[in-house]
Amino acid sequence: MLSLTIDGKAVEVDEGATILEAAEKLGIKIPTLCHHKALTPWGGCRVCVVELEFSWGSQIQAACTYPAQEGLVVKTDSERVLRTRKVMVELLLARCPEAEAIKALAREMGIEESRFPKKNEDCILCGLCYRVCQERMGVGAINFVNRGTQKAIATPYDKHSQICIACGACQSVCPMDCVDLSKVTTHTLRPIPSEFDEGLSSRSSIYVPFAQAVPNTPVIDKDTCVRLQTGGCGACEAFCEANAIDFDQKDVVEEVDVGTIIVATGFELFNPGEVARYGYGRLDNVITALEFERLCHASGPTGGKLLKKDGTPPKAVAILHCIGSRDENYQKYCSRVCCMYSLKFAHLAKEKTGAEVYNFYIDMRAFGKGYEEFYKRVLSEGVHFIRGKAAEVTDVVESAEEEGKLIVVGEDTLLGLTRRIPVDMVILSTGIRAAKGADETTRVFSLNCTEDAFFLEKHPKLAPVDTGSDGIFLAGACQGPKDIPDTVAQGAAAAAGALSLIDSGKVVMEPITSEINEELCAGCQLCISTCPYTAIEFDEEKKISVVIEELCKGCGTCAAGCPSGAARQKNFEDVQILAEIEGVLT
Amino acid sequence: MAHEQFEPKIVGFLCRWCSYTGADLAGTSRMQYPASLSAIRVMCSGRVDPTFVVKALADGADGVLIAGCHPGDCHYLEGNYKAMRRYPLLMNLLDQFGIERERVRLEWISASEGEQFAEVVKDMTEELRALGPLDWDGRKAALSEAI
Repeated sequence: MLSLTIDGKAVEVDEGATILEAAEKLGIKIPTLCHHKALTPWGGCRVCVVELEFSWGSQIQAACTYPAQEGLVVKTDSERVLRTRKVMVELLLARCPEAEAIKALAREMGIEESRFPKKNEDCILCGLCYRVCQERMGVGAINFVNRGTQKAIATPYDKHSQICIACGACQSVCPMDCVDLSKVTTHTLRPIPSEFDEGLSSRSSIYVPFAQAVPNTPVIDKDTCVRLQTGGCGACEAFCEANAIDFDQKDVVEEVDVGTIIVATGFELFNPGEVARYGYGRLDNVITALEFERLCHASGPTGGKLLKKDGTPPKAVAILHCIGSRDENYQKYCSRVCCMYSLKFAHLAKEKTGAEVYNFYIDMRAFGKGYEEFYKRVLSEGVHFIRGKAAEVTDVVESAEEEGKLIVVGEDTLLGLTRRIPVDMVILSTGIRAAKGADETTRVFSLNCTEDAFFLEKHPKLAPVDTGSDGIFLAGACQGPKDIPDTVAQGAAAAAGALSLIDSGKVVMEPITSEINEELCAGCQLCISTCPYTAIEFDEEKKISVVIEELCKGCGTCAAGCPSGAARQKNFEDVQILAEIEGVLT
Repeated sequence: MAHEQFEPKIVGFLCRWCSYTGADLAGTSRMQYPASLSAIRVMCSGRVDPTFVVKALADGADGVLIAGCHPGDCHYLEGNYKAMRRYPLLMNLLDQFGIERERVRLEWISASEGEQFAEVVKDMTEELRALGPLDWDGRKAALSEAI
């Protein structure tokens, strides 16, 4: 450990630390341009200069490269430092007068004009791009070329690089935003779409899925992380002060023994791309409900401003109800939640932009507490309601006033007319459908499901959260489309059901298990081979098969296959069924 | 009426989880289908012993339907596969008795397939109507005479 003094304050740092790191420890801020925590210091921009006081006088040095020494006295804001730093910034401002980052630094230092003759460069030769490419990514596709006034960043012979991995790191570290990747590589950079923002914004490989994620810690996407794919980068590790990043983690499969299970596997939304005539994926500004939610949200890609793709607010918005729902060709059922969220969207669109809002609906399903009153309120806000499912969204115009707009074509059944409404943005209210892989889930838990792959409850009135399998309960949209209050209520009901099973200390079994008559059993073990639950074991001493009643689920397959009639299923015995046959036929 | 139409009698062995619930759905949905089927509920189609089928035919049924969950979806995992395995042996038995194979059907009907259940019953009823009554006693007598 070394001790030094910065601006009169004492600090202790490890050997090898720089003055910049020591100042950081004290919370003293020194401006930098070419410094990056995950890269070796460069000392190129000279903005971080500080004054070192010695017995014989003082010296100006770059804080980012100068190593801390025992007893060093540093001043970060003396008159000499500020004068020197000002000259550095003026020189940079003269080189790149249009660069936002330099202009901001100049403003901070009270510089209005540079006294030096102006050039018009955008690169400040900070070397961050080549350092990240070489040191972190281990590639080295770009570097400094030429000398003196001709110095620049380029690829060898200015040709497209054969080794560039198109990771985009150079672009992301550049403080001037001036890396033109088309000069470096022929690959196209593809930003990683943020799943939570429905692809409307991008994310990095290490990311927190969304602000309310539980646990609220970042995860690393192993398919795009350069460290996990090639062994390079790992820059995140340099920033993590808690040393919490472990690149060696592997997927672990854990087996947990439980007595009850609540299946709450959720839903997915109908993909309107399946219906070509609404133009989703083909026309700009035709968006799904979830995309609209993200646009309206303060944490979303536009910070909560409702904007079209070109960045301007829409003057007219159409909301199309029942997309994919109540439709013989897609989903026959009503998705329950869409009318209410469509009304919410109408209200939000009106509030945020004052645009004309048109809702194309079939019926208005406002079934819950305060829902009808909200519908009335939206009506009073001047939202237009057109009764008729919209037929198509097109950009083929039929008059001058439709130019540049999206035209929603639909029949207004109350007026008895076909209408063409020109709007700037179309929101498709897509319906809820069963989650992908729901049919596989049913096999795991022996669940029944409807033809739409929603899980079937034991009885709609008498057991709405139970399933046919004892101890397995259902909650939420996996059982059928429903909104949040209903989902929460179902969750509580399922939890109560599960708790009552756990708490009671005993299990109630149905009296339909199988039994094997000792005297009749010949020990053929046919029953053992057909039992799906390995609920029958062979008694080696008596040489007969015995049913383990606790494991028996009561299917009766053993009883059907037993050649000697020794195996019988209680309450479904051969004599009983034969008597039933006689009964229905005579 | 000069000629009374022959109304076939079908005994149906329906598994409690899928086909019986599917038949129940046909009922609650008020679907119209011939009242020719008498349902006998078992827990699983794997419970159906081929002797039940023969007993039903001997006692006056013109046809027998065995209905279970779709393969892969059996509530008891594999019971319907056992039913599937017993079916060819049953067909073999019917051949030996001289009984038309169309009289005994194995169908997979899930809990949500009420419409399919109604269709199967309609279809089977018409097929049996065309085949005519089984007349077990008549055939038995004819066989004894031949011997």
